[in-house]
Amino acid sequence: MKLLIVDDSLIMRRAIERSLGQSRFTEVHTATNGLLAVEMFERHQPDVVTMDITMPDMDGLAAVDEIMKRNPRAVILVVSALADKATAVEAVKRGAQGFLLKPVTAQSVQAALDDILSD
Amino acid sequence: MEEAILKIFAQSVTRYFATVANGQAVLGTPYLSVDNESVAFDFSAVIGITGSHRGNIYYTAPREKLHALLPLIGEAAPDDRLCAELVGEITNTISGNAREQLGAGFMISTPFILEGKPLSVHTARDTTCYIIPVSWNRHSSRVLVSLQQNPGNP
Repeated sequence: MKLLIVDDSLIMRRAIERSLGQSRFTEVHTATNGLLAVEMFERHQPDVVTMDITMPDMDGLAAVDEIMKRNPRAVILVVSALADKATAVEAVKRGAQGFLLKPVTAQSVQAALDDILSD
Repeated sequence: MEEAILKIFAQSVTRYFATVANGQAVLGTPYLSVDNESVAFDFSAVIGITGSHRGNIYYTAPREKLHALLPLIGEAAPDDRLCAELVGEITNTISGNAREQLGAGFMISTPFILEGKPLSVHTARDTTCYIIPVSWNRHSSRVLVSLQQNPGNP
């Protein structure tokens, strides 16, 4: 399986990648903003995307829109610090399958990925 | 207003350290920053706030504290680049988490990282800057909250 990690924070990209451990993902790609995320999605066709929201150039919600236009069956887990309910609802409305609130732990990332992949 | 806002950020900081550092951060009594006071440690990050409020949120920490924290999030070889990234991520997280109570109108920017100890921090015009001292694992750091409610955007 292929995973695309989208976050402008190097710390977060590395934390999410490390949390995968010896998991089902054989390919992991990363992007640092929404624009690059869309480009990487088209190039690699990942099975799952983890998507931050607050990023430069194109934010995560706009990137979810663009990815869903390209593949309405894309599986996207939004991983964000934005803790208001409206943002989580908006992310799901745009096509994300899950919302994980930062700060995260390796366990919370694994559990969230397991959850959206079991659907 | 100030007390309620400071409480929200105090809760965000407490949540961050409880989750990531698996330990309790002890918060000191917030105090007012005096003009041009040097409050920054080795690494700082600032986030601009717009929408329902305007101003800035800073998190600033010394290198030693960040070197102690990085291994707990899996970074076995801390360096200055990771220290800078970590203060950015902490600032982003505590500011974003504040939206749980402040709502989606509390708009946050991406973090801007400052290395070194600037003589003073820049705060938005007509705002009061409060400093929340944060102690974790015997290391000090600070959250600076400089906010004003934006009357045009309730």
